Amino acid sequence: MIGIFSYLIFFATTASILAIAVLGLNLQWGNTGLFNGGVVAFFGAGAYATLILGGTAQAGHLGGFGLFYPLALLGGMAAAGLMAWIVGLLTLRLRHDYLAIATFGVAVAFENLMRNAEWLAGGAKGVRGFERPLRAALGDGFAYNLLFFAGVLLILIATYLFLERLVASPFGRLLRAIREDEAAAASLGKSPSKVRLTAFVTGSVILGLAGGLYGTFYAFVSPQDVLPTLTFQIWAMLIVGGAGNNRGAIFGAFLIWGAWTLSGWALSRFAPVDVQLYTGSFQFILIGSVIVGMLMWRPQGLLPERLVVSQRGKPQSTQQGE
Amino acid sequence: MIQHLLDGVLTGSYLSLGAIGLTLVMHILRFANFSHAELLSLGAYAALVCDALVSGLAPFLTVKLAPLSLTGALIIAILISMVLTGLSALIIDRLVFKRVRERGQELSMVFASFGMALIIRNVIGLIFGLSPTLYSRDIAFAVILSRDPLILVKPDQVFVLIAALALMFILHLILSRTTFGYSLRAVAENPSLAQVNGVNLQRTIMAVWLIGGGLAAVAGVFYGISHQLIPVMGRDLVLPIFAATIVGGIGSVYGAVLGGFIVGVAANMALVVLPSGYTPSVPFLLILLVLMIRPHGLFGEARA
Amino acid sequence: MADPILQVRGVTAGYVPDLPILRDVSLAVPPAQITLIIGPNGAGKSTLIMAIAGLLPVSAGQITFQGSDITGLRTDQLTAHGIAYVPQVDNIFRSLTIRQNLDLALRRAGSDAPTRLARLLAQFPALAAKQRDKAGALSGGQRQFLAIAMALATAPKLILMDEPSAGLSPKAAQEVLEHARMLTGQGVSILLVEQNVNQALRLADHCYILAEGRNQIDGPAADLRDSEVVGEIYLGNRRVGAA
Repeated sequence: MIGIFSYLIFFATTASILAIAVLGLNLQWGNTGLFNGGVVAFFGAGAYATLILGGTAQAGHLGGFGLFYPLALLGGMAAAGLMAWIVGLLTLRLRHDYLAIATFGVAVAFENLMRNAEWLAGGAKGVRGFERPLRAALGDGFAYNLLFFAGVLLILIATYLFLERLVASPFGRLLRAIREDEAAAASLGKSPSKVRLTAFVTGSVILGLAGGLYGTFYAFVSPQDVLPTLTFQIWAMLIVGGAGNNRGAIFGAFLIWGAWTLSGWALSRFAPVDVQLYTGSFQFILIGSVIVGMLMWRPQGLLPERLVVSQRGKPQSTQQGE
Repeated sequence: MIQHLLDGVLTGSYLSLGAIGLTLVMHILRFANFSHAELLSLGAYAALVCDALVSGLAPFLTVKLAPLSLTGALIIAILISMVLTGLSALIIDRLVFKRVRERGQELSMVFASFGMALIIRNVIGLIFGLSPTLYSRDIAFAVILSRDPLILVKPDQVFVLIAALALMFILHLILSRTTFGYSLRAVAENPSLAQVNGVNLQRTIMAVWLIGGGLAAVAGVFYGISHQLIPVMGRDLVLPIFAATIVGGIGSVYGAVLGGFIVGVAANMALVVLPSGYTPSVPFLLILLVLMIRPHGLFGEARA
Repeated sequence: MADPILQVRGVTAGYVPDLPILRDVSLAVPPAQITLIIGPNGAGKSTLIMAIAGLLPVSAGQITFQGSDITGLRTDQLTAHGIAYVPQVDNIFRSLTIRQNLDLALRRAGSDAPTRLARLLAQFPALAAKQRDKAGALSGGQRQFLAIAMALATAPKLILMDEPSAGLSPKAAQEVLEHARMLTGQGVSILLVEQNVNQALRLADHCYILAEGRNQIDGPAADLRDSEVVGEIYLGNRRVGAA
């Protein structure tokens, strides 16, 4: 019994961390209409920086700063934010899909760098030697995991409340105004590219926070954790949950992570051994189909945005091509 | 050094072919199609199947065209694959992209294209297995062009380069000499004015998918000849192809050709200064560089 | 008077389905005449011409051309019916050469294409001299002539012109408008939108005044030129400077 409960805590912790990431993406995509094709890079920057800043000294790669944990986590968020700021500065004034391509490129380059630069983050072996906060006092047992979950849950709620207030604030209205009609927003004297940059960086800092918590949870991060898979999963969570709706984002995170975990378990349990080799392929087809299917049949998601929506665009003008 | 340059030009030949279709789709349908690289995989594997079929039906075609390792059967297979891949691109647009286009905003298409990329890539993996294959099991011997410095080139690679250049030249003739080509360029520049001048937009979009898919198929086969066939090849090609379109300027066919060669050469020349593990990052660095110094690429125009 | 070549009856149209710019607009274009539409900014003049050209959805009403219903046809199909449209701006393909622009417009002419091309080049000598130049390099007036030549390439019976003199020097504007007049001599009918009211009224046969998306008055251009009503409706809208 304690086994199942302990697994549920494990599941809920991971899902909550991912939910924080989905909230960060929601600010970018749902509220501002910015396409982040490299979610995993900002998530990974948070994880790597947190572990490097907060970890003990390691032979062969950067690290061992042993910072007080909250500071290390803030460092992780800052690293993600800095990366977003640079990419945003270069792309946000251009055609919208430049951001998609550049962020996708960031993710490829980030994974590539982490895999190869041993001096920086241990290369393929990853970053080790991280002591989880309060571990000395609580040990590694169930109590620690429960407390860790409580901590993550608190941060999730805090992030949710922060974003809800942000979206309701004048800044939030400005974001939607820019998403809906950039020219009109610009005519009000607001600089759309500056506002978009702020939203993009803020969203990426939240992604970095999620990454930092993820790294903390496993006390280890390696290039395997920053594969594009994670980007697709986080997108699917947002699209299924409902872009623009923070509750939908959290709901989507739990739903998709549950489906992913369950499908992996079912394939490993019931599928013949030679099929199990293709578990990944099946799961990817599943997640691709979820994304495409939602966009085709329910683009607003399961919990749609509660505002007046004009995001659907102008079908006539699209058909006319201009 | 010269070897890297040569390899870069050879890499550029298939990147360019891939980038041409992508740049047209990005310009005319206004979305970054992340599933375009999967059309290369689709074309490569379609040619593999067609090659086996043609070889079975007409064994006399399995003789190698010395000094190439290519057979007549493979060349016929490439032509069939071009048609099949072009049609697949058209069908994918009809079934998926067209519907998303009508329901959502432009960036929903980008999401959808990622989803399609995942589906296509992994379905290919399921059908053909996850391990690499080759068109020909025979070892193709490289010809030594020079001993000092050592420069090697495989006859197949030379064929790839010449065939790619020939295809690009044919495309150039179509774009610069035929009214069909003018109508493609007209739609790229101003879709509603093209309609005013009697161009059928839907039919032009279909033509763009057919051409883009056909060239992607050739690019995929050429990648397979130069390296190997592997279901995840699209994943490794998507960023270089995007880099080629951005370097050349989105919407410019000539830019895509030049961009492809620039990306290919840069990725290979980078080996001189960087360990080979970093090669996948080179296209990204090129994208950053272009965005910093010339955001609309070599031949692109500003367009919101 | 001969039957109108184009008849617009009670048309309601706009960019977005629920937000009509035009409401219940009607007009008739007689053959081989210039029919002028004038009205203050935002009156819906361009909207009307785009709706006729099939670029905007028509939510109510009917448009007939030579007796057959053309409401809701695609823009590219209208070309085949003999209706050409010259947009106000961006009316040529800048990246194509002048010759390529013309060839594109002549695409459906078939075996008649060489004859028509020769005639167009004779008609617009300024273009003939620069056939290999990129159209983007043309001056404003020459661009309008190229746009008109492209419209003529389809051998249209009706040309819809949206402010062909906008942005041109007074001399170039005069030339373009006089060319339009000359075309009616060749049997072409023209539906013209103009801001250049005085000049256009001198040229046109019949004139409709549009305001707030509705018909206001119409009548022979010569009568309207001197009418006080025009002054009230039209010039009253702070458009004194334009005339």
